[in-house]
Amino acid sequence: MSAKSLVEEMKRGLDAPICLTWELTYACNLQCVHCLSSSGQRDERELSTEEAKKILDDLRDLQVFYINIGGGEPMVRRDFFELLEYSVANGIGVKFSTNGAFIDEEKAQRLAAMDYLDIQISLDGVDAATNDAVRGEGSYDMAIRAMENLKAANFGQFKISVVVTRHNVSQLDQFKALADHYGAQLRITRLRPAGRGADTWHELHPTNAQQREIYNWLLKHGENVLTGDSFFHLNALGESLPGLNMCGAGRVVCLIDPIGDVYACPFVIHDEFKAGNVRDEGGFAKVWKQSDLFLSLREPQSAGACASCGAFDACQGGCMAAKFFTGLPLDGPDPECVGGDADEALSIISRGSEPKPSMDHSKPVTLTRKKLSVSASH
Amino acid sequence: MTVALESVLEIHPQVAVRPETFGALAYHYGNRRLIFLKHPDVVTVVQSLNSHPDVQSTLSACGVAPERWPSFVAALSSLETSEVVRERQIAS
Repeated sequence: MSAKSLVEEMKRGLDAPICLTWELTYACNLQCVHCLSSSGQRDERELSTEEAKKILDDLRDLQVFYINIGGGEPMVRRDFFELLEYSVANGIGVKFSTNGAFIDEEKAQRLAAMDYLDIQISLDGVDAATNDAVRGEGSYDMAIRAMENLKAANFGQFKISVVVTRHNVSQLDQFKALADHYGAQLRITRLRPAGRGADTWHELHPTNAQQREIYNWLLKHGENVLTGDSFFHLNALGESLPGLNMCGAGRVVCLIDPIGDVYACPFVIHDEFKAGNVRDEGGFAKVWKQSDLFLSLREPQSAGACASCGAFDACQGGCMAAKFFTGLPLDGPDPECVGGDADEALSIISRGSEPKPSMDHSKPVTLTRKKLSVSASH
Repeated sequence: MTVALESVLEIHPQVAVRPETFGALAYHYGNRRLIFLKHPDVVTVVQSLNSHPDVQSTLSACGVAPERWPSFVAALSSLETSEVVRERQIAS
């Protein structure tokens, strides 16, 4: 079977997700300006430890091999280690994303002693000024301290996870050097206009010239750098980047949010892309296998306005979430279409009329945060 | 190692196999790699390896016609490279 027909199979959906993100909590010690889930404050409807374990039981029965845990900051949950251990004991590997605030020497040693565990430390700049403008004051030092602690505890190869913005594209080589220094693996992903990111996307997303820079850099380093296959829209520039060239939402990917709602992917926390809730009868398995939303996403999708474009096979029209939250039609070009085919449509959408995320767990605005948002938009 | 009809193989103990309509997905918990088994017959063979003395007897037992054996040996070689299967360890 050729790679292409395998992609066609995957578009029809798998029996269980291969990339399941589970955000454990909306609580977070940080307030990043591009947070996909608008996190900050805990939601009182948050799943209990017992409910969380029930989900892990279901995922084990579905033979989900591993999960990506995020938040919010997942380590703020008191039962974080309990859930981690329960998951791994049930044959579900865990990769979790953290800002590193809670990885002190003792926690680093505890994490290093566990099997089937990957850690991603989020970092959006190789210096405090670049990073903290997006992730908040002190967050650079926080991440570096966590990396030092993991290194000292001989954790092994953790990951440094970077959201690529206009302000850090020029630092890609330095990020790679930083990762090499810690014996870590670099992961770079695409900035999405989701959550609070919807408010900052216009100022932070890479320019078209920078997109070409990212593409060329990935062609050169792609085999050693993880991307979550998030840059497939750049394939329209030429040779395909390594990875799966398709939108996996509802087909091979999904998100479980802290209150048990299941969304098509981590970038579309909006009622329109909500498939159900794990608390409903039948639990997660029923949502994955039978929800109307996921079944419709597994039907052949229209290329719409992109149908006549020669690059459609290469870029697949890009990211559904990016289109949705910038107010573009889902069957048209991605807002960052490298051919510029979305530019005109984007220019006539009045700012503020785009769909808004259904929930916002941001902390009340403080003067500090206002200041940071402004400094991030230079 | 080169896989041949007389090779003695087993599923790698760190690999889990999940059936899918196109065949199966295999996940290696050690190297974190996801591998696609793109034909249901290959899945059957891989899952039967541990119950038979060698590759040839596994293929026979799974009802694979001899003219298809070379392509199955090739498939098993590539799966050996990606550590989905390995030479059977005496202790196991």
